[in-house]
Amino acid sequence: MAEVSHGIGGLKFDASKRTWPNELNIFAALVLIILVFEALGALLLGQSLLFDSAGRFDSIFNEARLYIIILQVSIVGIIAIGVTQVIILGGIDLSSGSIVGATAMIAMSFAQTELVNGNPNPKAIFGPTLMDLPVIIPIMVGLSCGLFAGLVNGMLIAYTRIPPFIATLGMMVTARGVAKWWSKGQPISFPTQDYAVIGNGLGGWMPVVIFIALAILFQFILKYTVYGKHTYAIGSNEEAARMSGIKVARHKVLVYTIAGSLAAIAALVLSSKNLTAQAGMGIMYELDAIAMAVIGGVSLSGGRGSIIGTVLGALIFGVIISGFTFLRLDAYYQEMVKGGIIVGAVVLDQWRQRPSASRS
Amino acid sequence: MSELKLHDNGDIILETRDLTKRYGGIHALEGANFILRKGEHVAIMGDNGAGKSTFVRQITGVEQHTRGEIIFNGKTVRFENPMDARQAGIETVFQTLALADELDVPDNLFLGRELVKFRLGPFSILDYKAMRERTRQALEKTGVKIPNLRNTIRHMSGGQRQCVAIARTATFHSKLTIMDEPTAALGVQETAQVENIVRTLKDQGEPLILVSHNMRQVFDLVDRIVVFRRGRIVANLNKNETDGQDVVAYITGAKTGEEYQDAA
Repeated sequence: MAEVSHGIGGLKFDASKRTWPNELNIFAALVLIILVFEALGALLLGQSLLFDSAGRFDSIFNEARLYIIILQVSIVGIIAIGVTQVIILGGIDLSSGSIVGATAMIAMSFAQTELVNGNPNPKAIFGPTLMDLPVIIPIMVGLSCGLFAGLVNGMLIAYTRIPPFIATLGMMVTARGVAKWWSKGQPISFPTQDYAVIGNGLGGWMPVVIFIALAILFQFILKYTVYGKHTYAIGSNEEAARMSGIKVARHKVLVYTIAGSLAAIAALVLSSKNLTAQAGMGIMYELDAIAMAVIGGVSLSGGRGSIIGTVLGALIFGVIISGFTFLRLDAYYQEMVKGGIIVGAVVLDQWRQRPSASRS
Repeated sequence: MSELKLHDNGDIILETRDLTKRYGGIHALEGANFILRKGEHVAIMGDNGAGKSTFVRQITGVEQHTRGEIIFNGKTVRFENPMDARQAGIETVFQTLALADELDVPDNLFLGRELVKFRLGPFSILDYKAMRERTRQALEKTGVKIPNLRNTIRHMSGGQRQCVAIARTATFHSKLTIMDEPTAALGVQETAQVENIVRTLKDQGEPLILVSHNMRQVFDLVDRIVVFRRGRIVANLNKNETDGQDVVAYITGAKTGEEYQDAA
């Protein structure tokens, strides 16, 4: 029995036929992928991916693997939260991986400790006056780096009107250059205890907690604030947004700045977790982040998607990587399959748009 | 003289004096003198490139005029952008629909002027409930039929989209509605739907400028027809004193209004 609701002007509609939220499809895809790995695991190895197969009494899950799945996607996931907003806006951000590299290097050099096991820090960048600083300083320095890089991206895109692809490609190369130039290619290591907490606190769950907290925050912002509404509006129809009086250029700068800042947060977490920063940090992260968003249903043509979708996309990503390791398949296959999944997700998105376009 | 008096009485909602727009050397609009009174529905007709859309773009702040004066609601105005015009009370339904496909009806109606519960700069919290309620009122007032307000515009027919665009007028109690070929892309039924809304606006005494190529529609809906030709106004015809043939003669240049002889 269809549930009939009253619309405007005496029209009725079937409320049960309301558009099915896309996030549910993605969640279904996640479950499906897990089931495939479970089946393959049971068939090939006689083991389970997510459930305990060691016969322990106190647990039904394989916590270690669950932890790894979510931990390995949380850092790129933080970037993906920013990338999601940029893509919903109708843009793209290729620079986030390099921003991670540059920010990690610069922030870490302000987080170093003076003495390592009683000896002077062998990787010291600055003199003793700039060592053992309170943790807030490297955090603020790092955030400023990302914020600045994002601001430059946004200004270029909004005011010189160059395509986001080109602007952020330029930033990608430039920021990587900064990362290498900062310490002439040397890794920067030995942070203070406080700095190490950012990536290792809460028994190693800190990156996950930061990721989830940011995801909830930005899901709320995108759904319930003017900022979010304008982001969707610009991505959906930039001309309409402009004619409606939305300050499109200013809004673009804001979105790219937020994306840059989120990349910086990822850099802080990553360098803290690894207790070191290297110029090559974050390579390919931008593509992984875009992939998470796309798998999570964020439309590359703009205007559609959500942070929940991206988080689910990130989990799918994590399950696939862990699943391949679990099946003892080569890492090479992982990349090949990853590529296929990204293309598949975009094809699916195009396909979803088609029936509604032919309807009108 | 009686006209001047009406002006003094504030009966005129929009007047342009010598309104001119040049794109480089091209005279897209030349010395347009136009008057619209309260509650009046006026059609603007003319061939492609006659200056109709240029005229509309000057009034709505999409472009800045080169010369002349726009007097709206008794005051000389110069709109920097469409939002200025909108805030002053001129609501426009553009030829290209200014709707965001991925958003639903209330979102589109309130695009750029969202109602907020809690002010926090760009991160102000939206008041969805109030926006839905006001949308419902506006749509009911204009007689727009939309099955489900929360569907995205993407899922709607061309007619429904156009109705949503028009419903903005009612939502914001605008002082003047401008429609630039609102039914150009619509089917017969959808056109009838839009025309009904226009009649509703007429009954409510909302003034309207309708840009249209459709002779039947124009004679059905408006009080007065202003004809543009080659960037100039060449005729100002009372609907009851003219007919289709006459209007076509003005549009094609076979005839020119007496008071506009110098324009030919």
